[in-house]
Amino acid sequence: MSLKARVIPCLDVKDGRVVKGVSFVNLVDAGDPVESAKAYDAAGADELCFLDITASSDNRDTIFDVVARTAEHCFMPLTVGGGVRSLADIRKLLLAGADKVSINSAAVKDPDFVAAAADKFGNQCIVVSIDSKKVSKDGEADRWEIFTHGGRQATGIDAVAFAEKMVERGAGELLLTSMDRDGQKGGYDIALTRTIADRVPVPVIASGGVGTLDHLVEGIRDGHATAVLAASIFHFGTYTVGEAKRYMADHGIAMRLD
Amino acid sequence: MRVAIIDYGSGNLRSATKAFERAAREAGIAAEIDLTDRPERVASADRIVLPGVGAYADCRRGLDAVDGMTDALREAVGLAARPFLGICVGMQLMSSRGLEKTVTEGLGWISGDVALMEPDDPGLKIPQIGWNTLTLHSEHPLFSGIATGDGGLHAYFVHSYHLKAENPDDVIATVDYGGPMTAFVARDNKAGAQFHPEKSQALGLALITNFLRWKP
Repeated sequence: MSLKARVIPCLDVKDGRVVKGVSFVNLVDAGDPVESAKAYDAAGADELCFLDITASSDNRDTIFDVVARTAEHCFMPLTVGGGVRSLADIRKLLLAGADKVSINSAAVKDPDFVAAAADKFGNQCIVVSIDSKKVSKDGEADRWEIFTHGGRQATGIDAVAFAEKMVERGAGELLLTSMDRDGQKGGYDIALTRTIADRVPVPVIASGGVGTLDHLVEGIRDGHATAVLAASIFHFGTYTVGEAKRYMADHGIAMRLD
Repeated sequence: MRVAIIDYGSGNLRSATKAFERAAREAGIAAEIDLTDRPERVASADRIVLPGVGAYADCRRGLDAVDGMTDALREAVGLAARPFLGICVGMQLMSSRGLEKTVTEGLGWISGDVALMEPDDPGLKIPQIGWNTLTLHSEHPLFSGIATGDGGLHAYFVHSYHLKAENPDDVIATVDYGGPMTAFVARDNKAGAQFHPEKSQALGLALITNFLRWKP
């Protein structure tokens, strides 16, 4: 048949604990990322994403333990991001059990780091995570800019040009997050997703703004993404991963339902 | 039974190890899963697994960097004909040559080159990342009891290149990605999966179990 669209739940992990509560299953410990990972695995998630938002450098190593324990129990592909700054960080995450590593601010600061990482570990395990906001005004042509520090700091870098540059340097996949849509539940920034997905030869994951199952359908059908990432709709039990995948299949998107 | 998973600094070895341990446990097969970088452990293993993630040339270099490892492979897999499973780039290394970045010599067990996929549909992304079904071209013990075809189970792929085997009989299964791409090869005691059995849930666990029981 064909390659299926992927649904990827994302968990924010801080000091080894899930930050947003997970309420969709009877977890013994909803704050334990491994428990959540197991639940998503059982629910049919196509991949899982951990975003480490640990601020203190003292607790930086907690993520390695989380990844290692997850890999013991889950057989779904795992992407880990947050604070990835060196080849040593990537190696440690891969050895712990991550399949792909996502690079964010380090890619903005030093695009050559992406090239070095892709050379060392292969393009297929290097995901570049791009956080951007729409900066064009109404009536102007669409323009998006890269923001760092959780969306607080503008960089002046054009998001579309940056995406192309990252692929040129060896990114095997792009995770596109619309910072102005994130948490708003109004749907992905489809224009952004589509503009970049149509421009680059690698797969694009849409992220930021999912509030309904239709938004997931739009990300694939209209945004031309090959995967959709969501956090809160799954964590808060609004929808299960299974419901999401069946809904997408019912709307004409090829999904893995086994 | 001892299964050697070769550690040559490539890839996600922990998930491969865990998947083999789980498959053995669930099937009630007494198997020691031995993640090792020691050639003598590979030479004396009952079954051998070569994982691999990254670029063909880098993986080949990594394998060669472990003194005596390719000799151990030739001895155990080539001469003693023990069951062998290559995974992803580990499967690609079974070929004659890899054409990724530069031309690199493979182990030469499956005649053919590993070349960039060229899907008919230019809209398809490279790498292929995600879940796809398999088309089985001939029966093979490793696919025993596994549903393939459009309504079959899915396998997890992450790859840009595929093995273009010279002998079509070596290609057991293909994956449709703008045309048939090689998904699984086998010859005698050697088998190789382009997809990741250790990440492929039901299909993967069944295939690993079949491998642990395989008597080629």
